[in-house]
Parts: sequence; structure tokens; C-alpha cells
Amino acid sequence: METRIANPAAPPLLIEMEEVAVASARPPQSILLSGINWSVRAGDYWVVGGLPGSGKTDFLAVAAGLQRPARGTHRLFGRDLTRLSEAEQWRERRRLGLVFDSGGRLFSHLTVAENVALPICYHRNWTPAEASQRVDAVLELTGLTELAQRRPGEISYSWRQRAGLARSLAMEPEMLLLENPVAGLELRHLQWWREFLAKLARGEVFVDHPPMTLVIATHDLQRWADSAKQFALLDRGRWLLLGDRRRLSGCTEPVLRELLATDTTAG
Amino acid sequence: MGLAGRTLLNLTRTTYRLGAFGLITLGVTFTKFNTAPKVIRPLLRQQIHRAGVRLLPMVGFLALALGLAIIGQTVALLTQVGAQDFVGTVMVAVVVRELGPLIAALIVLARVGTATVIELGTARALGQVEALEAMGIDPVHYLVMPRVLGLAVSILALTVYFILGAVCSGYLFAFLQDVPLPPGEYFRQLARALQFQDFILLALKGVAFGAVIATVTCYQGLAQPLRLEEVAAAATRAVVHSVVVCVLIDAAFIVVYLLM
Repeated sequence: METRIANPAAPPLLIEMEEVAVASARPPQSILLSGINWSVRAGDYWVVGGLPGSGKTDFLAVAAGLQRPARGTHRLFGRDLTRLSEAEQWRERRRLGLVFDSGGRLFSHLTVAENVALPICYHRNWTPAEASQRVDAVLELTGLTELAQRRPGEISYSWRQRAGLARSLAMEPEMLLLENPVAGLELRHLQWWREFLAKLARGEVFVDHPPMTLVIATHDLQRWADSAKQFALLDRGRWLLLGDRRRLSGCTEPVLRELLATDTTAG
Repeated sequence: MGLAGRTLLNLTRTTYRLGAFGLITLGVTFTKFNTAPKVIRPLLRQQIHRAGVRLLPMVGFLALALGLAIIGQTVALLTQVGAQDFVGTVMVAVVVRELGPLIAALIVLARVGTATVIELGTARALGQVEALEAMGIDPVHYLVMPRVLGLAVSILALTVYFILGAVCSGYLFAFLQDVPLPPGEYFRQLARALQFQDFILLALKGVAFGAVIATVTCYQGLAQPLRLEEVAAAATRAVVHSVVVCVLIDAAFIVVYLLM
């Protein structure tokens, strides 16, 4: 069990990757990305851009500790996941939230409220009634109160995606990882997401909660170019660390032009 | 490598992976039995309702039909040849030891096992299982454990109901055929033929069938990355594997009966 603190004055490191290689979770499990050296500190707001098929999903799965890196060292909240017991790994995963694309991957047999309640009830051993106050608060924050008793199949894609966000926020995680959060959303939802994530990053959503660390993996970089603080790119198996917004504007990588031109918003 | 070699290799690989999945499930059942009981116990009750209570009418119908068709005729034939003293022994060997657990297992496999593969396979294909992991919820604990325990309890209960129904309806048929066997004598013979070990082995068999069907169907749905179009094939595989494993377990129990 290992805990590393490089500089006590700096915000703590939440993700550290050293020479990490990411393999595909599906057969033939070939290496998708390699040579990733990356650190995420508390309060960071990262956007990792990559075209479809560049390995964003597997990269996020490795970053969240759901998938082991094919090579290299990955520390989550300062702890090397490969050295932790299974119970400790499950505990560490509770400290982060993961928002998937494709409508949040909600359970179709549960209502929106039950989907949001699931992590709370499981980790706190509460009945749905005991969790209702907390669930109602999260649903109100995300504007889902009126859809609470609907099943995912009965609401639009944009609302499902938002319900996925509500579920990942239910445990008030320290860090939120999002995969293509606004791809295919209606315009009014798109605006809401940008404002809500900006508020999360400033720590204005939850009471007594520090600014939330955000990592967004996306193929429509232009949506985040003016709000995120740090940037990186995935390009044909390469990891390109850009850094702050100034570096983004100075970057001449062809893939960046493609990513900035991509507009996947529907409606 | 020839066809036989590939088949043998596939069989070995499947057996190994299935065994590993079964051991993981067993480990999670012991280590997390009391984790999040307010979430897991309702799921367990739901599985018992689905695989046990809701299948009672079907099991009752089959018990009645098979009781009339097979047991009634057996009783009538044994009486015709003057072997009515063996009615109890035959009933225990056929209904209690073999037919009851197997019929209950096959009904649960057909109605619940296939649905389990489709549910879990679809959840896996749509990435809902990864969503559980991302929430810090162990999919084996949340999805598999309630099914294994629920099916084990359900098959045991359905077996008992099937045996009771078949034995009673069998006598009904014999009674309607004017077989000269009084009900008191019929049930006395059954009681004489039943041994203490029969109850123990019946319970073990029911639980084993339930646990195996749940483990195999959950394995086929969960343990490998699936695409939506692969779910139907996984369901077929699960049925074949479950039947084969149940028959092997049944054979092992026959050996135990013979050794007793």
C-alpha cells in the first residue's frame, strides 16, 4: 500500500500515469495508446480530445481504475491500484464518478430516481425511502425532478444522459470523468451541461464541497475549448499532452484542427 | 488441430472458466453476504418470486399431468402383476430421486435461466455492467449472488411441491382405475421406502441444480464481452451447458445413492 505526496503545498494528485499503455477491452485486446505520462491534481479541469476510435473509452476505463493498464504505473488517489486488495479497489472507485456516453448506461428496469438511488442505497445500506431526500436533492440539481418516476426508455436521449450525470453525482465524488458528455444532445441541454460543469469546477453545486476535478474525453473539443483549463490529445496511438489553454492555441497538430471542427450536436 | 482436438480444447477452456466463475461467485457469497443487505435482500426475494412462486402453477400442472400419466399407470401395472408392495420403492426412486428435481430444474432453466442470459447479456452489451463497476458496485454481488441463492431456494421448493403433487395425483389416477390399493397403504409404503438420506440428498440436489443453472446462465451473460447480436447464441449455449452439467450432477448423485 503506497501513498505519495510530492509537494505538500500543491493540490493532491488524483491520477498519476507513468509510461502507461492502454489496451482494448474487447478482443483482440491490441494496444490502443502508449507512452501516457499524465497527472491530474485536485481542482483540475482536463479535456482529452480524440477522434472516434482513438481509444477514449478504454483510456477513461483505465483512468477510472476499471481496466488495468497494459503497461506502466497508474496511481489513483495516490495509490497503485495493482497493489490494492479487491475490497480497497472497490472503495477507491467510490471516490470518483464516471459519466458514460450513449445515454448514461442507465438500468432500463429502474426508474430515473431508482437509478440515482442505487449507488447511495448500496454503499450506505439504505432503503429507497431512506435515500429519498438525497436522491430528490440530486434530481433537483440536475433538473430531473419531474422525470423521477419515468424509466429510461420513456425519456429522451438528452434527459437520459443527464440522469447518468445525476447518478454519478449521487455519492458526491471527488473527481468526475465524462465520456462525450454532450455528443448528440439538444441545444438547450448542451448549454445546461456547459454551465453545470463550469459550476461543478468552481465548487458551486454542492454545499461544503471543494471544486470538483473534471476529466472530459471528447471528440468535439470546440465545446470545451473556452471552459476547460488543461488539454491533451489522443492521436493514432499517441498521447499528446498540451497543457493549458495557451498551449492549445499554439498547437499545430492536424488532429487538433479536426477535433475543433467536429460538431456532433443534433437538433 | 483436428475437430476432436478443438472440441476438447474448447470443452477444457469452458470448464475452466466456468469453474473459476463459480469459485468467484462462491467467494463473493461468503465475503459479501452481509454487504448492503437492504439492497441485496429485496433482489433475492425478487428472484425467489420469479423462479419459485410464479412457476408454481406450471409445476403444479406438470405434477398433476405426470402424476396421472406415469405414476398412476405404474401403480396400476404393479398392482396388476401383484407387485403392489414395491409401489413405495418405485415412487421414491422415480419421483423423489429423479423426476422431481430434474423437472423443477428444467422448468426453471427454460423460464428463468434463458431470461437471465438475455438480461445480463444485454446489460453487458449495453455497458451497464461497467456502469455498476464505475459506481463501486461488484456486479457478481449485485447481479449474480441473488440469482444463485434465489434459484437454489426456488428449485428446492418447486421440487418438493412437484413431488407432493405428483404423488397425490398419481394415487388419484390409481383410485379412478379402481386399483385395490387403499390410500393408507399407498402412503405407508411411500413412508417406508423413504430414508433419511433421501431428504438430505434431495435438498442437496435441488440446491446444486439451482446454483449450477444460475452460475452457468450468469457466466454466459456476464463473463465475456458480448455484442447485442451475440446474446441469443449465449442463451442457447447456456441452456446446453446447464442441461449437461445438471445431468452430470444427477449421475454423481446416482452413484452416491448406489453406494449408500
